[in-house]
Amino acid sequence: MTKHAVKRSPVAQGVLTPKSPFLKLRGEWALVCQQFVVRRVNRLALYLVLLLIVIALLADFLASEQPIFLKLHGQFFWFPNVVTPGALRVYDCRLLHRAMGAGDFAIVPLVPWGYNSHDLTQVLAPPSAMHWLGTDSSGRDVLSRIIHGTRVSLFVGTLSVVVLVLVGVSLGTVAGYFGKAIDAVLMRVVEVVHSIPTVLLLVTILSVIAPQGYTAVLVMTVVIGLVRWTDVARLVRGEILRVKALDYIQAARAQGATHFRIIVRHILPNASNPVLVSATFALASAILIEGALSFLGFGIPDDMASWGGLLNEVRGNIQAWWLAVFPGGAIFLTVTAFNVLGEGLRDATDPRLRN
Amino acid sequence: MWRFLGRRLLQMIPTLIGVTFVCFLILRLANADPVAQSSDMGLSDRQISREALAHLRHLYALDRPWYVQYGKLVQRLVTMDLGNRWQDGRRITEVLGEALPVTLLLSTTSLVFSYLLAIPLGVFSAAKRGTRVDGALTLLLFLLYSLPGFWVGTMLLVFLASGRYVSCSWVAGGGCFPLQGLHEFDGFQSKSFVAQCLDVGWHITLPVVTLTYGSLASLSRYMRSGMLDTLRQDYVRTARAKGLAESRVLYVHALRNGIIPIVTLFGLTLPYLIGGSVIVEQIFGIRGMGYVALEAIRLPDYPLVITIVAFTAVVTMFGVLLSDVLYAVVDPRIRLGGERAA
Repeated sequence: MTKHAVKRSPVAQGVLTPKSPFLKLRGEWALVCQQFVVRRVNRLALYLVLLLIVIALLADFLASEQPIFLKLHGQFFWFPNVVTPGALRVYDCRLLHRAMGAGDFAIVPLVPWGYNSHDLTQVLAPPSAMHWLGTDSSGRDVLSRIIHGTRVSLFVGTLSVVVLVLVGVSLGTVAGYFGKAIDAVLMRVVEVVHSIPTVLLLVTILSVIAPQGYTAVLVMTVVIGLVRWTDVARLVRGEILRVKALDYIQAARAQGATHFRIIVRHILPNASNPVLVSATFALASAILIEGALSFLGFGIPDDMASWGGLLNEVRGNIQAWWLAVFPGGAIFLTVTAFNVLGEGLRDATDPRLRN
Repeated sequence: MWRFLGRRLLQMIPTLIGVTFVCFLILRLANADPVAQSSDMGLSDRQISREALAHLRHLYALDRPWYVQYGKLVQRLVTMDLGNRWQDGRRITEVLGEALPVTLLLSTTSLVFSYLLAIPLGVFSAAKRGTRVDGALTLLLFLLYSLPGFWVGTMLLVFLASGRYVSCSWVAGGGCFPLQGLHEFDGFQSKSFVAQCLDVGWHITLPVVTLTYGSLASLSRYMRSGMLDTLRQDYVRTARAKGLAESRVLYVHALRNGIIPIVTLFGLTLPYLIGGSVIVEQIFGIRGMGYVALEAIRLPDYPLVITIVAFTAVVTMFGVLLSDVLYAVVDPRIRLGGERAA
């Protein structure tokens, strides 16, 4: 079924119009993109990821206790939701409405609650017209925290993947290309990292470092990257071992190319597709790990919003189903989207499945 | 075979050194030096005389260079002379001896269920390849695979154990399953053996479900692709051509080769189950290795933490070795001892 679908051209399937920008691309990537978008589930996943990115970027415009635009006592405020001018800091959205006189007006975000604004009259409130997805144990709006949690999750996911790809590619390259003792040592290191359960190792490291505030996010991101690089390293090493004995590498060497040039220009491009696929799966798993760490109480600090942190609150408030369903659903959707993306890319970059 | 085993065991030594070194680093970074002068938690000059401090440091070998301290750590790990838990002064070996069977109970039950379900699911899916049923099953398993374990566990607690949304009238607490723990606390000892088993079984149902569905999903996917590879082979066609019933072709002829990938995965699933139990034990309040580890990290009691880290690492390494050995056992074409096929 799937193979059949892949073999039909995207235009013939009516997926792409003949004027689609995807068809203007040339070369390897054009093929990959075309193969990728043929399947509906891939497109859905792609749209979902794009939507998540938009939510993450526009989080302050979607959910904030400050309005997007405000005229108060004849004075204009642009984007108080982003800059939060000192004059407005005393108001939350309800006080603001009371303070506004005739002729004043405000454009409020879709969700008029900040991720950290406590509505103490509504502690652990189930979903209602006021708080669409309910509130947590300190009266903070769940929807607002989910929206702002998107930013944290994607940030942690993306940056830790950047770290793990950089570390994995460089160590894998060194191991595969230079071989011998370096290879043996690096492969032992890979084995060491592999033999300790990830969550246990991460929780231990994080509790030793005990980072505070915003640095906690950064430290966690880097640590996830530094623990999860092994798959990419193995992949790159394998690819280099396969390619390094081929004739064209010999030829490049005979022409006097340096090691660096041979690695970067002639060997690594072979590994780019598998690494891309692996990185996509790693992104899903990094988001999952961030959720697990925050769930266990070792991740994102409480004054920042995170999906796992919201789920964590269920443990003390077992009746609050909205704290379990929505944040967990967000993690699930995101992880699934990236997993689908990874599978789609794997199929699309596999020349054997192409027509 | 024996040469292979011997070589692999030798290869484990550097990895073990690496793992213990990681443990040592954790200890050092955590500044677990109780008499460190500069640390916030250590004692200051005014609280303790220099002589007493020097004596203490000497007692714990903290005045020696790092490699001596590292050697001591390895020595203690190897001889199982692990000291006491800071929390209550109980011996670490005793604490682990209590926690390990609990984790093993959870993980073996889950392992048995995931294999028992994954094999027929994979065979069925491969036999119905390309049909609607196969598509639906593949999709379902893919979704299961992406479901975060900590979410599933929490949802099961909220909806099946809290008694607020789904309740079973015949159960005392209101919820269909217990919220926390491995067994009832009141009167568990006085129950008969069968009643005790039933009680534990009832308590571990939700944790086992949470642990199982993930490995079930990945195992069935491997099982399906293993079967697909096998069903393409000539001997399967021969079996069909000579008029064997389809069920016999599938379950007797093809299964034997199709099962190879997931048999070798057995060893690799072990560490996943131990790692996964950290979260599951936390959610369901079951005092296994993961629970003890997190408790130790929260205290913090780093000697206990690194003991657990080292222990799980050793289990993992033996799991990997086991899967290599199984690889040869189930597939006579693979010869161990020479170059490894993988």
